[in-house]
Order: sequence, then C-alpha cells, then structure tokens
Amino acid sequence: MNILYLLIGVSLLAALSFLVLFIWAVKTGQYEDTFTPSVRILFEEETKVNTIIDDNEKAK
Amino acid sequence: MELQQFYYDNKIVKNFMLATLVWGAVALLVGLLAALQLAMPFHNLGVEYLSFGRIRPIHTNAVIFAFIGNAMFAGVYYASQRVLKARLFNDVISKIHFWGWQFIIVCAALTLFAGKTTGKEYAELEWPIDLMIAVIWVLFGWNLIGTVLKRREKHIYVSVWWFLASFIGVAVLHVVNSFELPVSFLKSYPLYAGAQDAVVQWWYGHNAVAFFLTTPWLGLMYYYLPKAANRPVYSYQLSIIHFWSLIFLYMWSGPHHLLYQALPDWVQALGVTFSVMLIAPSWGGMVNGLLTLRGAWDKVRDNAELKFMVVALTAYGMATFEGPMMSLKNVNAISHFTDWTIAHTHIGGMGWNGGMIFGMMYWLVPRIFRTQLYSKKMANTHFWLATLGILLFAIPLYWAGITQWLLLRQYNANGMLANPIFMETTTQILPMYFFRIVGGALFLVGFILFLINMAKTIKMGSLEANELVEAAPRAKELSTRKDGETVHRWIERRGVQFALLMFVALVIGGAAEIIPMLKVESNIPKISSVTPYSPLELAGRDVYISNGCYNCHSQQIRPLRWETDRYGEYSKIGESVYDHPFQWGSRRTGPDLARAGYVGSSTYKSTSWEFTHFMNPRDIYPQSIMPPYPWFAVNQIDMKDVKKSIEAMQTLGVPYPKGYADKAAGDYLKEAQVIVDELKQTGVTVLPTSEMVAIIAYLHKLGRDISPENIEKISKMKK
Repeated sequence: MNILYLLIGVSLLAALSFLVLFIWAVKTGQYEDTFTPSVRILFEEETKVNTIIDDNEKAK
Repeated sequence: MELQQFYYDNKIVKNFMLATLVWGAVALLVGLLAALQLAMPFHNLGVEYLSFGRIRPIHTNAVIFAFIGNAMFAGVYYASQRVLKARLFNDVISKIHFWGWQFIIVCAALTLFAGKTTGKEYAELEWPIDLMIAVIWVLFGWNLIGTVLKRREKHIYVSVWWFLASFIGVAVLHVVNSFELPVSFLKSYPLYAGAQDAVVQWWYGHNAVAFFLTTPWLGLMYYYLPKAANRPVYSYQLSIIHFWSLIFLYMWSGPHHLLYQALPDWVQALGVTFSVMLIAPSWGGMVNGLLTLRGAWDKVRDNAELKFMVVALTAYGMATFEGPMMSLKNVNAISHFTDWTIAHTHIGGMGWNGGMIFGMMYWLVPRIFRTQLYSKKMANTHFWLATLGILLFAIPLYWAGITQWLLLRQYNANGMLANPIFMETTTQILPMYFFRIVGGALFLVGFILFLINMAKTIKMGSLEANELVEAAPRAKELSTRKDGETVHRWIERRGVQFALLMFVALVIGGAAEIIPMLKVESNIPKISSVTPYSPLELAGRDVYISNGCYNCHSQQIRPLRWETDRYGEYSKIGESVYDHPFQWGSRRTGPDLARAGYVGSSTYKSTSWEFTHFMNPRDIYPQSIMPPYPWFAVNQIDMKDVKKSIEAMQTLGVPYPKGYADKAAGDYLKEAQVIVDELKQTGVTVLPTSEMVAIIAYLHKLGRDISPENIEKISKMKK
C-alpha cells in the first residue's frame, strides 16, 4: 500500500498549506474583529456616475 | 479618505447563470431517463449510447460539474467582487474560464456517450479532458486569488475563505486522481491498481463531495442567506471556527467508502474516525445558517429564496448526520451497495445543492437585471414541487435499500439463504423505483417553472453588465521589516503568488518522485496463483469499463456471512493487483461479479448462458432490469489496440514477459477461437474479434485464479 504514503503526504501538504493560511490570517489581524464584517456585507449603496474613475478598473 | 470608483462585472455572473439553467435542465432530464431505465429497461430505446452504464455517469457529471459547477462559479464571482470590493482580477481570464468550462462539459458529454471513460466514479473523463480541467481550474483560482490580492477591503469575509479552500482542495484531488498513462487519444489506464487505485479514487471521490459540493456552497450560504434575510450571520466567529475544522477533517474520511473491503483495517479505522468527527463542523454550518434566521422567520413565510435556503440547510444537516452514521461499519454493511446511498446523495444533491442554487438564483437574477422576480407565486409552487419531489424520491429509496438488505441476509429454517437469486430481491423493490420516477418528475416540473420564471424575469429587466460602485482603497499595511531585507520583503508582498507557485512546484516535484516509487514492488500481499489478464481478457475488461458495467455490478465480496454464502470466498487485496483501474463498484443493482469465473460459484455461468443473457437478459429472467447488449455480437475490437494495451500495462509494471506485446494478437485469436467454437456448438456464430467474445472471456477470468480448480491445475503443471 505504497499509495498511502502519497495520500498521507499530499493530505498533510494540503493541511499544512491551510495551516500556513490560518497562521497568516491570525497574524495579519484578519480575526481581530469577528462582528463588524458580518454586518458590513449587508450594506451596498447605489453609486451615481462620477468623473473620477480608477483607470485600472474601467469597464471594458 | 478619497473614494475610488470602479465597476463590478455582472456579465460573467449572468453567463454562468444562463449555463446553470441550460445544464440543469439537461442533467435532470438525463437523471429522469436513468430512473425510467431502472424501473423499465426498455427506456434505453435499444441504443448503445443510451444504456444505463453510459447514462449514469452523464447524469452524475452533468449534475455535479455542469449544473452545480456553473452555479458555483456564478455565485462565487458575484459574491467575491462585493465582499472584496474589487472587480474580478481579469476579464479575459473570466471569459476563458467560462467558455473553457462549457467546452469541457460538451467534450465530457460526447465522450461519455461514446463510452470513453476511465471507469472511476465522478472522475470518468479521459486524459485530454482531465488536462483541460486542470488548466481551467487554475485560471479560476488565478482569477479568484488575483481579486483577493487587489481587494479594497482589508478583512477577507469568511465566504472567500471557503472559496479559496475549494480551489486548493479540488486542484490537489484532481491532479492526484488523474495520474494516468495514455494508451491512445481517448484511452488511458490509471497509474495505480486494485486496492491502491481504490484508495486514491475514494480519497478523491469523497473530497469531491467536500470541496465541490460542500465548501463552496457553505461559502455561498454565508453570503446569500444573510443578504436574502437582511440579517448578519448568527455567529461570525462560529463560521470561522467551523471553516478551519471542516477543511482539516475532510481529507481523511475517504476510506469510509471502502469499509469491509480489501483494504488494511487501520486505513478503514482512520476513515471512520475522521468521518464521525466531521459531524461537529458540519452541524456548525447548519446551526449557524438556521439561527441567522432567528427573529426573521416571518420573512421565510413569503419569500421563496429563503424557503429554498432553509430546506437546503435542513437537507445539509440531515445528510451530514447520516454521513457519519453510514461511516460506522455496522451501518455501512446495510447502506453500502444498496439504494440507501442513492437516497443519501440525492438529499445532498437535490436538497442542499439544489436548494442553495434555487435560493441564490431567485435572489440574484432580479438583482443583476435590475427588476423584480416575474412571479412569486410560481416560485412558491416550484418550492413545494421540489420539496415534495425530494421526499418522494428519497423515502422510497431508503425503504428499498433496507428492504433489499433484509432480503439478502434472510436465511430459511435449513440455514440456507432464503433468496438465493439476487434478481428476486430486485423484483421486490421495483415498486420503489416507480415512486422514484414520480419524485424525480415532480422535481423536474418544478425546475421547468423555475426556468419560465427566470426567462420572464430576464425579459422584464435589462442586465447591468457593469455596475458602478465606490469604495476606499485598502490602507497600506505598515511593514516592520528593516531596510536591506529586500528578499523577505518581496516574498511578503508576493505571499499568495509565492504560495501558489510553491504549490505547483510541489505537485510536479511530488509527482516526479512518487511515480517511480509506485512502480517499485508494492508491499501488497500477493497471491501466487493470480496472473495478469490475457490479451483477450484485457480487451474484455475494456468493454466492461466502456459500457459502465461497474455502475450496477460490484466486484468485491465483503467478509459477511450472507455475502460469502451467496457469492463465495470474500475478496482479497492480492486479487486485484493487476486491475488498472479497480472495478470494485459502489452499488449492486445486479449481483456481485467477483466470482463470475469461479466454477461452482452462484455467479459462474456457461459461455452460451452469458451469450443468451447479453443478447436479452429477459430470455433468462423475465423480470430482469438489465438492458440487453446485442451490439456486443456486432462491435469489433480493434486488434491494433491489443498490442498497445499490453505495452501500456507493461509500463505500469504488470509482469508480462518481455516482447509479449508482439505475440499478444496471436494469443488473443487463439483464445477467442475456443469461445467461438463453444458458441458454434449451440448454433451461434460470432467473430473471434467481437466484443462478445472478449467480455465473456473477461467474466470467466473473475475469481478464476483463486479457484481450487485453477490451483490444482497449477500444481499439476509444476509437477
């Protein structure tokens, strides 16, 4: 059952990459506020056309 | 701070939603056809391409990758832009992603109809399509990660985490399960064999459920449910906790698909343990979703999108309670190989994924088309039809599964199996198959109402292809690094790209190291009497796979008394060491075939019996639901492939003598002639190169090697 070494290896690798992401998230303060983000997504305001438009994101 | 103005891309969302509608209809229609065939086999219309073994993979692939897949991309692209406050990373990538995915779906459908399949469930697509999937999937990840990097909102909302995990998970699974050796343009053999192939396949199979049908949809639920209810999620903290715990646990639960099978015990135990633990993070999601609606249940009353989401969460809760239970060996002994599993998957597919898709689209389509939903009443009717359809579909199948299990394990007063003929147990549950058709049809009628409602809504409104928004740019984070640490700085700035590149490198490097390792003699206990397939048997095996026989027949006898009494000696690891791919199956609509070549077993049948049965199974069992395969007598094996197949097997480490590939065609015809002569005696003429001869030879190989007759023959030869 050599394959198990591969699968365990790959699964650990995936778990490890998730762990790195998790540590990154905690370190960069992603989880400092665990309330506001849940409310913020509910607000979406209509925007009126304005002249200042970010060049990079002009509609094509 | 100065606000920046930019546009969200709604056109890509619209495209993926239209594709969802089209493929959803196709997937459900094919599902209905499959259900009709199971109750009344003449619904294959006598056409090779429409037989159940071909239709079933088309149904599963269409539902998972076409219907649910397209809806997922639509939902992910809409939600990501808004929570990250940025337009999608690159419009060209978005476009290639969309058209590439549709092209893959068309290729998949055509090849599956034609019987070009790897024979591994939910990974049936052949190698060129596998490559396309890998490319398009990476583009999707690139687009998603690119958008994360250019986000204006510092905090990455929990939904995006679910999306990112889905991308990583599917990428890993797809790559590892797709290691295969191409034999010709649309044919390959997997690198792994037997038990090894089975472990990889179900590691993939279960995690496809996890990272394609669960994690992205939990992410979507965390966006669309709060939006539709206009309430923040019950506990944002819980959403984060159950995210991390769920993705850490899922990867290890695959072996629960192989309980009591030819696999080391400790691997089974590992799979069971993690599967049972999974109930906690799964229910974390369900509870969090349902509690989000606390104090807002009045909205659910007259709001179809919320109703669908509530049913989705309930179905998710049911399926994720049932899943861990089914992973217990004693429960699995009942549910595995019976309709219980089919009911379980449809609670997940129709209830959870279906409910989320309908809920999301009823909310989303009017929004991007700047209008109101055409008919709320119609949406409510759809809801009741779908919910009733799910129940009428699943309950009969639970019933069927348990009934069949009871019949299979029933003994009479003499200690003999009460129902020795498998067919008799199928006949008993046939009424349930008719109920399933009704359930499926109701679900489809509901879907048609959904299509009409969507079409009318789209017609009423006009698409706002580019939606203007404004947001403050993300504040630059202060770096604490000192001057001179430029490389570190660079890595830090490029953290995500760097991780991605590293990941690709690891996968490639891993593959390069692993492939030679797998070719090294494995420590699987070998059985000396088990020999590789003869060229004729190997061709027959290809016919077996191409016609999807594994969709109804297992080749795996579990060490349970009522199985060994029925089929014979239980299956051993060493028996399938030359099986690229393994063909253990997951559902027994017909009997197990692991001893079809073991003279004296209940499934061993003579050559002429096999011929008559393939021509029309109802000539032997009037109530059989197996489709006839008269084209086996007509279709011919391409003799050029015989040599290529042997060569490919040699590359994979199957011990044929050196230079055997050149002799293969001669051996093939010699062996075929024996079967042709045998059939001639019963007044039947077939060509030695016909598929019929090959598949009969293959069936007569199954289990033969370990039969006493064969072992006696070997010992005589040695003397």
